[in-house]
Amino acid sequence: MSFERIKEKLNILADAAKYDISCSSSGSKRANNNKGLGNSDGVGICHSYTEDGRCVSLLKILLTNHCIFDCAYCVTRKSNDIKRAAFKVQEVVDLTMNFYRRNYIEGLFLSSGIFNSPDTTMERLVAVAKKLRLEENFNGYIHLKSIPGASDELMMEAGLYADRLSVNIEIPTISGLKLLAPDKNHADFIKPMQAVKTGIQQYKNEKKIIRSTPKYAPAGQSTQMIVGATGESDRDVMYSAAYYYKKYEMKRVYYSGYIPVANDTRLPALGSPVPLLRENRLYQTDWLLRFYGFDIRELLNEEHQNLDLDVDPKLSWALRNMHLFPLDVNKAEKYLLARVPGIGMKSVYKILEARKHRALNWEHLQKIGIALNRAKYFIHCNSREWEKRDLSALQVKGFILQNSQSKFRKEYSNQLSLFN
Amino acid sequence: MNTSVIISYDGSFDGFLCVVFASFEQHLQISAIHPEIELQQDFFSAPLLILTEEAKANRVKTGLTKCMSATSRRKLYWAFLSELPGIELTLLQYVQMAFKESKFRGTDFGDSVILRVTQVAKMVSREKHRMEAFIRFKLTKDDIYFAGIEPDFNVLPLISKHFETRYADQKWIIYDYKRKFGLYYDLENVVQIHLEFSEDIKDHAHNPKFYDTSELEFQKLWQHYFSSTNIKSRKNLKLHLQHVPKRYWKYLTEKSSLLN
Repeated sequence: MSFERIKEKLNILADAAKYDISCSSSGSKRANNNKGLGNSDGVGICHSYTEDGRCVSLLKILLTNHCIFDCAYCVTRKSNDIKRAAFKVQEVVDLTMNFYRRNYIEGLFLSSGIFNSPDTTMERLVAVAKKLRLEENFNGYIHLKSIPGASDELMMEAGLYADRLSVNIEIPTISGLKLLAPDKNHADFIKPMQAVKTGIQQYKNEKKIIRSTPKYAPAGQSTQMIVGATGESDRDVMYSAAYYYKKYEMKRVYYSGYIPVANDTRLPALGSPVPLLRENRLYQTDWLLRFYGFDIRELLNEEHQNLDLDVDPKLSWALRNMHLFPLDVNKAEKYLLARVPGIGMKSVYKILEARKHRALNWEHLQKIGIALNRAKYFIHCNSREWEKRDLSALQVKGFILQNSQSKFRKEYSNQLSLFN
Repeated sequence: MNTSVIISYDGSFDGFLCVVFASFEQHLQISAIHPEIELQQDFFSAPLLILTEEAKANRVKTGLTKCMSATSRRKLYWAFLSELPGIELTLLQYVQMAFKESKFRGTDFGDSVILRVTQVAKMVSREKHRMEAFIRFKLTKDDIYFAGIEPDFNVLPLISKHFETRYADQKWIIYDYKRKFGLYYDLENVVQIHLEFSEDIKDHAHNPKFYDTSELEFQKLWQHYFSSTNIKSRKNLKLHLQHVPKRYWKYLTEKSSLLN
């Protein structure tokens, strides 16, 4: 292969693919039974991290950045004057194999601009995955993009070779989509999601009867939403997310703070800062939904349409529900412990195990790894010391903020700093 | 009355199990356990050397299997591989606790020994995971994928299986420069090897004499990929360093400076 030409394509097509943030390589079991290359045991590995702090787990590229659509938020849009390139199927296969053999990556994340038609594009993506699996005996992770508008038959085939399929909803509200991507249809996004969900269920059912039934997208499907492009509220974003988790059994929903890539009056101007803090709070909320047993309506509702920026969503919830606290760490039920600010799920497990043996005091809790600076206002334990003052939510918040350093402080603090 | 003794042993896990054996058999009050090489002469108390005998080690293993859960045994072994000074004494206390119970799970996290073993095992587990992530193979002229590492803890025994199942169709070597041994997979089995390197081996990392002609090209491609996939407007060096501490950069093709 000509390394010069490949290098040029790689630069263009990796650059264009980087706005897709999913880089998950976990959740798929694909054992290396055929003395081939690669083995997925369900644990993801981040092989590197870029200078923006994001994980590099997969070779994430576009097959091509030629596109017939003109979505305002997208760097690859038809009207954008950028260099275009396209990989051949074999080139992607060779790159994946050679990177994998050197332990650079867990696998391939292949997406594409839509050239010609959705079906032609999808067909080409499937061809890469098929070749890797059948000709190269590759058992690493493959994440394919579902192309909106691709036929159900192609989606069924894609799932046989890919570990994960995803289609990005991008704009959380239908009105936003109409504004920014007038030639795309909301239903076109939903169709491949539904196809994949059906595929997963169908193969799962068949596997119960015939054990040799092949795997279909064993790592499930995911989607991504851009936040901060259309003036949507956190409630809009998270209610959509909760809907996709439930309705299409998504493994993950990703939130991507909008990075200005166009001079367009419909969008934040070039050079506006990426809403990193907001993105962070959305992910925290997502975790509370998936691992901590919260219902989205507890965190965001008619009265609270947006998440607090100065405190995390769990603390924010606790401050609105002071009547539930303080809890006795040595007696409280698991689901309640999980709701205490400063106690994560791993600490919940450790507390539940440890308290079978003895009543825990502050020292135990600190050593186990609980963030007492937050937790101490919401719990008591085997000690005569606890917060006895009847503090209001506002006071508690004040104390906590006073005694903590958030890396984001400058982004929500209105006070003028003396020295810069 | 027993006076307390200082123990020395050969530094292997079997050796440590023999120390456990001796402590029970001879009712020893042990105040410190050192691997032979680390031992400093102390004029007041000569160390008691415990020899490694496979039969005794196996008896202890059988005993541990009976009274400990698989997870708590794994923690014992992994924490041992940390090679942290003094960890053996903590582990001895851990084993003594286990033998007192019939079904030891090691989950009494309010106990300082159990918590320490759990936390050290976690440190080793992190290093293991990092090696699985940060090892970079280079294709040699002999058609062997080679990687040299210097992990903080002795994790080669823990990562062997991972690389064996993953790279089943290519020959590879992972060599620990610090502990002077490595793993070699010959397409059939993984064997332990010892290699002699010239002093300047690390300067030869890109020497075309050793590596396949395409090797450098793929390294460059990877570097190009790494810089193209970065989003400049999200730059966050603090987070970057948190995930990839500087001591690991020496392994990473993408952090070395051979671009162009």
